Amino acid sequence: MGTATSTKTKAKDKSVKPIEELPQAVVRFAGDSGDGMQLVGSQFTAASATMGNDVATFPDYPAEIRAPLGTLAGVSGFQVNFSSRDIHTPGDRVNVLVAMNPAALKVCVGELYEGGMLIVNEDEFTPANLTRAECEANPLETDELEGYRVFRVPMTSQTLEAVKETGLGPKDASRCKNFYALGLLYWLFDRPLEGTKRWVNTKFNRVPMVARANTLALEAGYAFGEKTDVFTVRHRVERASLRPGMYRNLTGNQAAAIGLVTAGRLAGKPVFYGSYPITPASEILHELASYKSHDVRVFQAEDEIAAMCSVIGAAFAGALAVTGTSGPGMALKQEAIGLGVMTELPCVIVDVQRGGPSTGLPTKTEQSDLWQVILGRNGDCPLPVIAAQSPADCFWTAIEATRIAIKYMTPVVMLSDGYLANGSEPWRIPDEAELPKIEVRHASDGSSFEPYTRDGNGARPWAIPGMADLRHRIGGLEKADITGNVCYVPENHQRMTELRAQKTANVARDIPATEVFGAESGELLVVSWGGTFGAVRTAIEQAADAEKSVGHVHLRWVNPLPPDLGAILKRFRQVLVCELNMGQLQSLLRSRYLVDAQGLHKVMGRPFRVSDILEKVDELLGGAGS
Amino acid sequence: MSDTTNPSGLNVKQYKTDQQVKWCPGCGDHAILVQLQKVLAANGADRDRTVFVSGIGCSSRFPYYMDTFGFHGIHGRAPAIATGVKCANPDLDVWVITGDGDALSIGGNHFLHVIRRNVGLKIILFNNRIYGLTKGQYSPTSEFGTRTKSSPAGSIDHPIHPISVAIGAEITFVARVVDRDVHHLQYILERAAAHKGTAFIEVYQNCQVYNNDAYGYATDRQAKHDHIVYLEPGKPLIFGTNRDKGIRLNGEEPEVVDLAKVSPDDLVIHDEKAEDPSMAFRLARMHHPEYPVPLGVFRAVEKPVYEDLLMGQIEAAQQKSGPGSLRELFSSGDAWKVD
Repeated sequence: MGTATSTKTKAKDKSVKPIEELPQAVVRFAGDSGDGMQLVGSQFTAASATMGNDVATFPDYPAEIRAPLGTLAGVSGFQVNFSSRDIHTPGDRVNVLVAMNPAALKVCVGELYEGGMLIVNEDEFTPANLTRAECEANPLETDELEGYRVFRVPMTSQTLEAVKETGLGPKDASRCKNFYALGLLYWLFDRPLEGTKRWVNTKFNRVPMVARANTLALEAGYAFGEKTDVFTVRHRVERASLRPGMYRNLTGNQAAAIGLVTAGRLAGKPVFYGSYPITPASEILHELASYKSHDVRVFQAEDEIAAMCSVIGAAFAGALAVTGTSGPGMALKQEAIGLGVMTELPCVIVDVQRGGPSTGLPTKTEQSDLWQVILGRNGDCPLPVIAAQSPADCFWTAIEATRIAIKYMTPVVMLSDGYLANGSEPWRIPDEAELPKIEVRHASDGSSFEPYTRDGNGARPWAIPGMADLRHRIGGLEKADITGNVCYVPENHQRMTELRAQKTANVARDIPATEVFGAESGELLVVSWGGTFGAVRTAIEQAADAEKSVGHVHLRWVNPLPPDLGAILKRFRQVLVCELNMGQLQSLLRSRYLVDAQGLHKVMGRPFRVSDILEKVDELLGGAGS
Repeated sequence: MSDTTNPSGLNVKQYKTDQQVKWCPGCGDHAILVQLQKVLAANGADRDRTVFVSGIGCSSRFPYYMDTFGFHGIHGRAPAIATGVKCANPDLDVWVITGDGDALSIGGNHFLHVIRRNVGLKIILFNNRIYGLTKGQYSPTSEFGTRTKSSPAGSIDHPIHPISVAIGAEITFVARVVDRDVHHLQYILERAAAHKGTAFIEVYQNCQVYNNDAYGYATDRQAKHDHIVYLEPGKPLIFGTNRDKGIRLNGEEPEVVDLAKVSPDDLVIHDEKAEDPSMAFRLARMHHPEYPVPLGVFRAVEKPVYEDLLMGQIEAAQQKSGPGSLRELFSSGDAWKVD
């Protein structure tokens, strides 16, 4: 914690231990996948957010539900960055690592800053656990942790002692140790216990014994910090100056779900969500299934293909039709998405990207579906693609995807990724007046109705079954212009292909002027899209503070591209595209603008670190930019 | 959705479109089209609230010829598309037109699942036991040993039996008809139209070009009565040109008996409403030439319908907590104020 700004003792505190104020801190809870690390990480995040910190989180867990106990493969981590300043990322590295067993220590210690706090559950450093974690020696007894401040806490035995009065058996009792660790961290960072106590009582209201045990463990962890002399100082991170308003902490998947329900409301349409469970998109399905009072009709399909086809049917019949999936599911949906493009029906396809190819890295993040969603269908088959930039932004992106789908009568792909989906940040609850309008115009006059006429945007009329005198028949065969009848005339296919392309290109009219952050022109422009926004923006803020000639453009629409992008690219001598794939946007920009864009590519299942970007920026600038 | 035309007074012609029907002359599809147009006209079906959904194949051109709403989908996926239509608007009458390849090969999965959910769709499977549109390869219902372009030495695939599959997937209404038996076809279509839940009809349909006379035994004016048996509710299974043969159970096995030797009281009495589908399944296992092929309604039972359950849950949620508002949606969960 070398960044402390002041040290003072607060008189009204029961504790006599001094409190050190910090501008920000990054904590990682790490343990076995059965240890409840995601749960306590979320609780710590909620407590920090409620205290007014800006927060950003990074849950990092294995694909296996329960990998063998105590092994390296089974380590589950939850990282939270909480700050008194505006932050965009969960932090490159951590100030405090809580390691519940040797495997967690071994996997995560590399994330800890030199001199950082390492809090270990020393009870779990048994010979058996050390063997499971493939440790040759007990790291607590060698010098390998010399660079860190190590705090050994007997969490398991302390927890068992604390919950004894409940009469829980030792196995159940020891499962409360995550709350013990949470209590200790609450003490360390001066957070109140009340929110978590309320949560525990609600969550376990049918098993009061468990609720009581978790509460006792939480309090015992807090008391340990207070009473023992293991810790000599506490820390405080002051409130951030966020825009006034009501806030909630949302993951990207929660934000997407709420955004879709909102979009249905704005369009005056029931939401139909046809989906097949897939990591990391399933939470959208779960969330939407709980919004029945909003007339959300959730259909858990038999497979990805059926999910997409049900969406086409629901769109034809007039619902706001949506599906959600991840890379492998997206591949299966492509034929049906082509049908949606051909029949020109409005729908939204949420692709929460994960590591690929094939089954790949189900729980890890990547941005490697870009080519797939833009280019991955048979025929010339264009559709608009929009990418969310942060967890809370998934809310706004879902609404915009819907608005464009209906305005232009087209399937729209909304890209998210595993990092956004599971990560969370505060979401300022909008006033209803801040929400965009979603105008729906149905065909009405049967006497002049033709299904493939077009309005000024290139959109055909939406005529839905049940409306009078608008009967028509459409499908995947090529349509005659205007009438929509099956037509194989060569000139017609040329024309219809061009009309479909033009319609997608027209979406550029709805893209606002591109913001260039930092330098407006000069040596280097960094371009990013989607979930890498936070890391790239933080890096460019730091580069700008160092007076380097670097600008940053973050793309929200990746198809079509913003109309002013070509001119912006030409204002800089070098262009760097940062993305979590092997250069997919880079390649699109090179072919579209004939610009010699360079790439920073990372496919390690993890988001960029700010330092990754800064190193590349420095390499390209050479000394030229500063 | 309230401005619907009054359907009464429409004639058959008004259910036809101006599109030229492009099936081969002599194809069984023509008869099915005409009978369905007649049934809709007779029922006064509201064209504005009727939707035909199809997949890919000769039969799947069907929606273009019906003056209703129509959706020509992609191969095998019509049940999934139709499920989406029904969920978006449960008030619509939705028909699915499919073929043996479409429903049972590429679309086999959707066929199973739409049936087990009991979605309110009427599914008509045109079974000609051949791939017509791709010009004559064997299909999943082709007999073992069928010689086609893709099986010149004879197919080594064993055929799948659509009604057995449907019963296995817990179908609530299932029937079989022959395309040339137009009165029976009309009756079965009417029954299907009235059914709540998934209604499935297998039509033995002749492909004159690639598999002509596949069902000759069931259509030949003279001989057919020895090869088919009509299923009639509450009546014994009697067949034969002189109605002198019947079906009796010998233990678990159906057997053909001579009515000169066996009393009609000992025959199988057809019960389409039996809760237990075992007898319907046994009937579905009666194949030509060992048995007369059963025609008619195998099973017609009531079970909760998918879209009713779906909307029922929504209504229950709205009754419990009121129709959801954006304010309530936004502020659920722990919120905090920043000044």
